Amino acid sequence: MSAVHPTGSRRLDAAGTVSRIRTIIDKEWAEVFKNRVVLLTVGVMPLVFTILPLVILGTMRRSGALSGSGTDVPAGFAGVCGAMSPGDCLQVYVVDQFMLMFMLMPLAIPVAIAAYSIVGEKTTRSLEPLLATPISTEELLAGKALAAAIPAVLATWIAFLVFIIGTAILGVPPAVRAAIASPTWLIAILVIGPLMAVLSVNVAVIVSSRVSDPRAAEQISMVIIVPVLMVFFAQIAGFLVINARLMGLVAAGLVLLDLVFIYLGARLFQRETILTRWK
Amino acid sequence: MIITQGLTKEFRLRKGALVTAVSGLTLEVKEGEVFGFLGPNGAGKTTTVRMLSSLIGPTAGKAWVNGYELGVDDQAIRRSVGILTETPGMYERLSAERNLMIFSRLYGVADPQGQVQKYLRMLGLWERRFDEAGSFSKGMRQKLAIARALLHEPKVLFLDEPTSGLDPEAAKLVRDFIEELKSEGRTIFLCTHNLDEADRLCERIAIFKTNLITVDSPENLRKRLYGRKVVFHLRAASDAWAEAVRSLPFVKQADLVDNKLVVGLDRPEEQNPEIVRCLVGLGADIQFVGELRHSLEDIYLQMIHAAEAAASQEVRA
Repeated sequence: MSAVHPTGSRRLDAAGTVSRIRTIIDKEWAEVFKNRVVLLTVGVMPLVFTILPLVILGTMRRSGALSGSGTDVPAGFAGVCGAMSPGDCLQVYVVDQFMLMFMLMPLAIPVAIAAYSIVGEKTTRSLEPLLATPISTEELLAGKALAAAIPAVLATWIAFLVFIIGTAILGVPPAVRAAIASPTWLIAILVIGPLMAVLSVNVAVIVSSRVSDPRAAEQISMVIIVPVLMVFFAQIAGFLVINARLMGLVAAGLVLLDLVFIYLGARLFQRETILTRWK
Repeated sequence: MIITQGLTKEFRLRKGALVTAVSGLTLEVKEGEVFGFLGPNGAGKTTTVRMLSSLIGPTAGKAWVNGYELGVDDQAIRRSVGILTETPGMYERLSAERNLMIFSRLYGVADPQGQVQKYLRMLGLWERRFDEAGSFSKGMRQKLAIARALLHEPKVLFLDEPTSGLDPEAAKLVRDFIEELKSEGRTIFLCTHNLDEADRLCERIAIFKTNLITVDSPENLRKRLYGRKVVFHLRAASDAWAEAVRSLPFVKQADLVDNKLVVGLDRPEEQNPEIVRCLVGLGADIQFVGELRHSLEDIYLQMIHAAEAAASQEVRA
């Protein structure tokens, strides 16, 4: 009567784990990307954050704003520029502001996906049949987290790549392009981005467990972007200069924060808690 | 197939109070049996199903499902049972086929496509397989949820209110399907408020309200509570005829209600002819004879009320 694969060996179980996680990811993407809000967040945000700085850079270059007076940057930032011309330094400064905006993507996109995915399952009560399958809660959480984090990380990386290509097409000087692809921003995009996405997913899981409206979950979880905005304003005001060392410290801090939030998220994402406490 | 020993589940409320949802449940469900689990709302039926399908752990006690011990072989239990939850819980934006494919893969079904096709056809959903589950009627969703519970061919099925909210036609279809599953030898643990349905489908029922009140077949419960009674419909009634029947040695009770003589008997199959002879001999015109059959609702309400009375007495003591 049984049509199920026999189990027993660890190898088979590992294969089963991978298959179940992949199934959850497929399901999440198939379902969540039919939601217009999610689709807009995932599609429009990278588009805006990529095109806008390119347009500004292009406009600056054509308008002659990069020559003569008016090319001052905050005093603290001048050190970052080294021997660059004031015009190039201004371009690096402008790009730096937008690079911080890039860092909003790995925070905002997972929140939108995870909030709609988890609260959606709560409202349609589809979590119980899912939990009744042989999937473990760790596999389920991993599937949901990856489904939310992967598009965010990919969108950030692709947007960054498109931005670099765009600066080359626009004829941005090599010194400025080197500053964009500097270790500072490579750490930010390649390391901090994924760490932020993990943090964001777990915050969304925690918030989603308490609310029954995906928009409310999304809005509350968006509090997570506040620290990035603070860094953004601190840099504009000249209180803070972003460099590789700072990024390294932020990455280390995020690793710790991720561990704490993964622990908290996993505690809330247990069968019994979901079935008896999530309302 | 299912054995529980002192199965207990307590929940701690947010305010700290401890609430017992299931207390010391001990029962055995045999292989291939359709077992009805009846009780009022909040009795702990869903909690019991969740424990037995290894969705939540018990606070105390033990249970074995399909030979696997609860809390020890949880994944094996989930792999070997199918569950129809109270609400179908479908992925509404996905097609019926996609919904089932997801679950086939999660259950590790060897031929997912084949199984999905089999059950979509069996439940009459094949033509609508590409439609979003959200566009389905309540009955169709319920059928889809039943298909989902069967994809991995489980030996044990937990059905929580399978016909709740369905129109009579859809409910009949689901009931007929349960009969079919029964004929395949699957063990079915059926939670329902539809007592007529339980009466028709279940070999045995348990009446339950946090504690187990009774377990038996509906027929045995009828006998236990009311004995067997036969109604003789007469054209006209007479107290003398009732008295005559009452005087027969095997008659336990005979009451005249309007033109009906209700007679309590142990073995009506053997004893009815003698009563008929007696009544005809006295000049009675017997229009027809039938066994008085108390509904399962009568039995259920009587047992629940008795249990409530006993519980309140216990509290007072």
